[in-house]
Amino acid sequence: MNALVADLRAVLGERRVKTGPSELSLYRKDSSNMAGSTSVVCLPETTAEVQACVRIANRHGVPFVPRGSGTGLSGGAVPLDDAVVIATSKMDAITSIDAVNRTAWVQPGVLNLDLSKRTAHLGLHFAPDPSSQQTCSIGGNVANNSGGPHCLADGVTASHILGVEVVLPDGTVTVLGGEDPEPDGLDLRGVFVGSEGMLGITTSVCVKLTQDPPGVKTMLMDFATVEDGAATVSGIIAAGIVPAAVEMMDQLCLGAVEAYIHAGLPVDAAAALLVEVVGLPEGLDAEVERIMEIAREHRVGSVRVARDEAERALLWKGRKSAFGAIARIKPNYYLHDTVVPRAKLPEVLTKIYEIAARHELDVLNVFHAGDGNLHPLLVYDAREPGTAERVHLAGEEIVRASVDAGGVLSGEHGIGLEKRDYMPMMFSDIDLDAQQALRRAFDPHGCSNPGKVLPSPAACGDIHSVPEGAWI
Amino acid sequence: MDLSEFANDIGDERPVSIAGMGTRGGPVDGVHTVMAPSGVEWVQPDEMTVRCGAGTPLDELDAALAVHGQSVAIPPSGTVGGALAVGQSGIRRLGYGPVRDVLLQAQYVDARARVVKAGGPTVKNVSGFDLCRLLVGSRGTLGFLGDVILRTRPRAGFEQWFTTDADPFELFPKLYRPTSVLWDGHQTWVLLEGHERDVTGQATRHGLHAGEPPAALPSGGRWSLPPSELHELVGSGSFVAEIGVGIVHHEHPAPVKPVDAAVVELHRRLKHEFDPTGRLNPGVELVPSA
Repeated sequence: MNALVADLRAVLGERRVKTGPSELSLYRKDSSNMAGSTSVVCLPETTAEVQACVRIANRHGVPFVPRGSGTGLSGGAVPLDDAVVIATSKMDAITSIDAVNRTAWVQPGVLNLDLSKRTAHLGLHFAPDPSSQQTCSIGGNVANNSGGPHCLADGVTASHILGVEVVLPDGTVTVLGGEDPEPDGLDLRGVFVGSEGMLGITTSVCVKLTQDPPGVKTMLMDFATVEDGAATVSGIIAAGIVPAAVEMMDQLCLGAVEAYIHAGLPVDAAAALLVEVVGLPEGLDAEVERIMEIAREHRVGSVRVARDEAERALLWKGRKSAFGAIARIKPNYYLHDTVVPRAKLPEVLTKIYEIAARHELDVLNVFHAGDGNLHPLLVYDAREPGTAERVHLAGEEIVRASVDAGGVLSGEHGIGLEKRDYMPMMFSDIDLDAQQALRRAFDPHGCSNPGKVLPSPAACGDIHSVPEGAWI
Repeated sequence: MDLSEFANDIGDERPVSIAGMGTRGGPVDGVHTVMAPSGVEWVQPDEMTVRCGAGTPLDELDAALAVHGQSVAIPPSGTVGGALAVGQSGIRRLGYGPVRDVLLQAQYVDARARVVKAGGPTVKNVSGFDLCRLLVGSRGTLGFLGDVILRTRPRAGFEQWFTTDADPFELFPKLYRPTSVLWDGHQTWVLLEGHERDVTGQATRHGLHAGEPPAALPSGGRWSLPPSELHELVGSGSFVAEIGVGIVHHEHPAPVKPVDAAVVELHRRLKHEFDPTGRLNPGVELVPSA
């Protein structure tokens, strides 16, 4: 047993310091298509234990990687260079809930949906709702500034995190932000959210809870063309209505999902929109009326308004089971995540279909149309020789097409390892230099999750390109 | 927007400060002072975005957005850049969210006179570190805002201020998404927005009387407290507190709160990384230095 492991075991005991080959291979990857290598996995249960893990890693000159549930899709939690993995999954307590002021302090390992379940009796919920919300953790949401369908009206995770207790890369514990609305100085809380584990590790989070709406209406509409669907979304926003969620599914996706869950989805349509509005009764009815009117102006086919909670749940199940459904088409998929201005949706979707066809791949689209956040799903069979390369090339072209259309690299998954080398598509050397400066201020030695986000990392280990064999 | 002239004026050597319209304290005395470009570049109402120079007066921005039935969640007075640099939200923060959520993309000039782009032009973006969050409230100590892309929001169809003698801490949880709830220890003001019948319906249900907002807010100090501590303000002097938010407009200066040494150190390092010679807004300190 080496000295690093011995030091970690002296603090955490044997059981919570994993070095077995099967465990290490489990923690080599997250939910992306990439893998790295780790020599040891720690499972701390307190802030003091996280601090001890960081200090021990520092003392041995080994980088560390914070990890939540491992549901990340950009390789953010993939350890490089045998880094120490510090997983906060055992830190899953809800410390306190203030129902009047709608805040709660939670540990980072609390699962997103569990938090909303635990506050449901108070008429409150945690608004960010990634599709992985049954398994993703609040700590991971903080690291990636995670999104979800309801970000359109409620804002992304950064808008729902009031404060974070963190262990900084040098092992110092401090609190950034907090329960008071305008803490003195820079918004370090805001900088930390979405920093992908590169500015330290979250050990406790103060979240904002959102009031459950008194009423909700969910509609499914279908269109003969993607353009009509997209124009309807723009029309809704231009009319001054910001729905709680606007999701779009294209034909291939509708077919796959319907075959899987039999919800009566419009499988012959080029695109379907799932639109949800929330609020008080009068405003709600007026909004539904106006949305229908706008949809009719854009040649909507059929409109289905969920009659009750059961039907609403069924419609959402259709949206959220896309990933289960595609397993029936091909065994593997690669899920992308870019954002384009909404006006460019039809144009970029056409390009995506063209890119997929050229690389002989099937592509399904199920995405957050309200904010232009695309999620092309490339489905493939990894056993076919040369397929993985085609998937990778198609992915890169899709990202480029999105940025060229005035969009961005990622809407909610983060950059991680997956898109690190694409950062220059969006940012100049000068822009990246400023991001590097921020990173240096928090982590002068580059030991906290090195090798991610920034294309030319200064790190404990020196990693210049995505390591050979990282793509699996 | 071409920022080269702005960057040239800032230069890379002498101490420099930036002026807006002076509504939030104005520039640092006795050093070269620059002004950011002004003007609304474009409004894209169906993308919920607007682009303008940081020197644009908020009135001008508001007028340009009003045409499209939209607004930005930045409190009035002065320039866009000034409001962002100071980072204080308005009394509608409860409903609209804080100023820090408004900035999507910024082009700013750094201490070496380089034009740097932070963030991205879309309402949803997690590409790289969130420098925009660092800039809002940084009071020109890390860079000078040149032009910005902001998130817009639709204006409500109807709004009405109400007053009531009800205890705000009992009333607040019962209201559905009020835009503002203010309290001076005796009286409570509530601002509701939305469909007119929903607004009047809520008012009737909770015994609110149509009225006017507070005539003036005490301006001796701006306190920032956890919202759960606001009821402790009674007897501290004249104040108007933002219920559910925690900002208190007080006749007395805010009590000095200690800042954790680690946070002070992070401020020092950030200043050193972004402005090693301390030439941007010299003398402006965000936290008491150790």
